[in-house]
Amino acid sequence: MIANYGYKDGSGDFFITIDTDKCDGCGACVEACPAQAFEVGEDPNDPLREDPAAFIVEAVRKKLKYACARCKPVTDRPPLPCVQACPAEAISHSW
Amino acid sequence: MAEEYWRWTESRWTDLGLSWKGGEIITAGVDVGSVSSQAVIMVDSRLYAYANTRTGSDSPNSAINVMNWALEDTDGLTLDKIQYTVGTGYGRVNVPFAQRAVTEIACHARGANFMYGPTVRTILDMGGQDCKAIHCDDKGKVTNFLMNDKCAAGTGRGMEVFADLLKVSINDMGELSLQVEEEPPPVSSTCVVFAKSEASGLLRAGWPKEKVLAAYSSAMVHRVVSLLERIGLEEDFAITGGIAKNKGVVLRLEKELGVKALEPKYDTQIAGALGAALFAKALVEKEKGKKK
Repeated sequence: MIANYGYKDGSGDFFITIDTDKCDGCGACVEACPAQAFEVGEDPNDPLREDPAAFIVEAVRKKLKYACARCKPVTDRPPLPCVQACPAEAISHSW
Repeated sequence: MAEEYWRWTESRWTDLGLSWKGGEIITAGVDVGSVSSQAVIMVDSRLYAYANTRTGSDSPNSAINVMNWALEDTDGLTLDKIQYTVGTGYGRVNVPFAQRAVTEIACHARGANFMYGPTVRTILDMGGQDCKAIHCDDKGKVTNFLMNDKCAAGTGRGMEVFADLLKVSINDMGELSLQVEEEPPPVSSTCVVFAKSEASGLLRAGWPKEKVLAAYSSAMVHRVVSLLERIGLEEDFAITGGIAKNKGVVLRLEKELGVKALEPKYDTQIAGALGAALFAKALVEKEKGKKK
């Protein structure tokens, strides 16, 4: 399942996409994110899924633009820690 | 007292051709949203009864109120005879009689699969305070989803604001928006707050209500389409939620997408609660399977 967490408002679209088919719940993203935006546990959108999956913490979902700001400077943007940390390449950002 | 234009019609229904007394698995789903609440009762795999109400200011009691209304006219069915209840929606933690809470995305997909059939692949839920675009498989399992609950543009709340501004009952807005000879340009602001100001300006400039409604409906459709485009549109396509009852938005949406939405046979607002009742049934069966 492609889970898009985030929002769209007047300033743009801000979504972090997690491909739960690729995710095995390893938790590397949880460790890597400096804003503690990730968590691993029961998949909130797939109640019948047995294995744990990564998801964006509910409290952060509507503030993604700001939560992710520190990893997204205007110039000289280094690779995103969460995207790099994931061994399954399950994470992507829409901005 | 001023008339309240935003008051949309509540409803309840029982399948009088069914009897719950022969049923093996009786489950319920309760969807407590910020604007509306629904309760759905299923007997085995059949939809037995439902109720759809405005959540209003009594949100903590919304679940029990809508459940009680659904139980009326059910030939003596009471809450204690329901084996499993699943709560969903924004207020799912406020369903004290539910055994479990399941998030609304999963419930909507399941519910739409039941309501529209196994051919539905893309669901657009336009709710009271959020918009969801969901892809599912033939069993109603979610394969892709995107929800926007940060912005009121494209939601029922936006419509309520306009109902009040134009002094048109929300039930009539769809039909009225279609009574224009030529489609006006959409309102330029995506934000409901600014769209309202813009609409006030148009009214002052002499635009009739129908034209303003048409312009706003267009803007709402553009907004929602851009959300849907993010995950793509795969047919068959279905619309759930309160705004699915607004013909003006639905027709403009179909035109913009170039795809016709499936015809609803049930109240489009019950999708979440229906999916929850289906999950309840699956969970009962799972428990029974474990005991064997």
